[in-house]
Amino acid sequence: MTVAKRRAVDVVRREAGRDARYREMAERASMTSDEEGLEARVDGRIEDDLLRLIFICCHPLLGRDTRVALTLRLLGGLTTQEIARAQLVPSTTAGQRIARGKRAIAQARIAFEDPTPDEQAQRLPSVLEVVYLIFNEGYAATSGESWTRQDLTGEALRLARMLAHLMPRVAEAHGLLALLEIQASRFGARHGPTGPVLLEEQDRMLWDRLLIRRGLAGLERARALGGGPYTAQAGIAACHARAPSAELTDWAEIARLYDAYAASNPGPVVELNRGIAHWKARGTAAGRTILEPLLADARMTRFHLLHAALAELDLADGEVAAAGTRLRTALGLTDSAADRAVLGAKLAGLPRGRANPREPADPERDTP
Amino acid sequence: MRFLMMSKTNEDFEAGNPPSPELFARMGEFMAEAAAAGVLLQADGLLPSSAGARITAQDGEISVTDGPFAEAKELVGGIAFIEARDLAEAKEWGRRFAVVHDGGCEVEIRQVAAPGGPGGPGGPGDFS
Repeated sequence: MTVAKRRAVDVVRREAGRDARYREMAERASMTSDEEGLEARVDGRIEDDLLRLIFICCHPLLGRDTRVALTLRLLGGLTTQEIARAQLVPSTTAGQRIARGKRAIAQARIAFEDPTPDEQAQRLPSVLEVVYLIFNEGYAATSGESWTRQDLTGEALRLARMLAHLMPRVAEAHGLLALLEIQASRFGARHGPTGPVLLEEQDRMLWDRLLIRRGLAGLERARALGGGPYTAQAGIAACHARAPSAELTDWAEIARLYDAYAASNPGPVVELNRGIAHWKARGTAAGRTILEPLLADARMTRFHLLHAALAELDLADGEVAAAGTRLRTALGLTDSAADRAVLGAKLAGLPRGRANPREPADPERDTP
Repeated sequence: MRFLMMSKTNEDFEAGNPPSPELFARMGEFMAEAAAAGVLLQADGLLPSSAGARITAQDGEISVTDGPFAEAKELVGGIAFIEARDLAEAKEWGRRFAVVHDGGCEVEIRQVAAPGGPGGPGGPGDFS
């Protein structure tokens, strides 16, 4: 079967007859019996079926990996092998995961549920989480040497678009899609000859303007519908997308957005990003006020990106030796090939020849 | 992979006639289906060629010719950008779009070169 025909929307639509459609649904959810109940549920448009399938696959009763595997299979039409590659497990594991998921669905009779709009709203976070997980797996593979796995990001984007279309009045469906499209818009610029290229160094001519335009439009829709955490993150990503160059980035706005986001979504990683934004907007002292206390947070002490960020502040303040120390600490704390490449390059690029590490930088002497 | 779908126009549209209500409805259904599948990025109809122009550059000379142009079935009447896994899937969507116009139509599908030009790093959805 060609890829196109495996896709859920095609399978559900392929047969005009209701009986055939409910047979397909039953097959997919591996259920038996209670034909009458199923029949009642399959009455309706394709989009209702799709939505029902999404809520089945992403049921909170199922483990996270299982939800991802089922979603990739039933909504994405991926083969077991493709799913195994995506989840970095052997084929047999992926196959068992899917089979177990289907059995759990059958036993808990999940496919017979018909969540009310309120219940859908409650279950929405687990649906969005699955899509975001799939996107992030592709966006920054945390193991191995590959910088991105673009097939997964493409799948996630497709799912997110599906969700926004099926739930047009749900703010966070638009918010998530906006976030993913804006992040994906930078894919063409993220690879350099020697490794990953950081945001501030990317060639913005390589940013995908169609995706940015869609992302910004989706952000407005999401905000108009009430927003949420994904919408807030999309808002921050949009600040970068709108800046014609790194130098023209509206860091004050990003700092404001992080302040608002942190107020309702506190957390050490958010604090890290908030600290960086305040540094860029108001200088190193403002950044240190937020970042240095994080060193004492047990969750953050061994987080390499915190040390890397502080190294940047040290460098900005002319504290080259301190920056070097922090970069070495950061290197020791991560296995990610991508992050190690970036940190290594920064370390190699540090200005040299400071006899006394406490001496302040002398621009006259240090400029090459 | 991103594809551009170009549907060719016909004498009827070139004369400025809008799509019939039935055609309009079928086009709407197709767009909804493509959107529901998460593949539709952008779709636009083009005004008749009488509203456009051609610019040719030849040996340092520029000439501008206003529409309308002849050979309606060679002219693009509508465009859509879609995100498909491969050419096979794109062709399937092209087929569905073509059958929407039951009178007869030609749809051309072309893959969009990734940012950085062909052979450069792919955009999201590039499975090569």
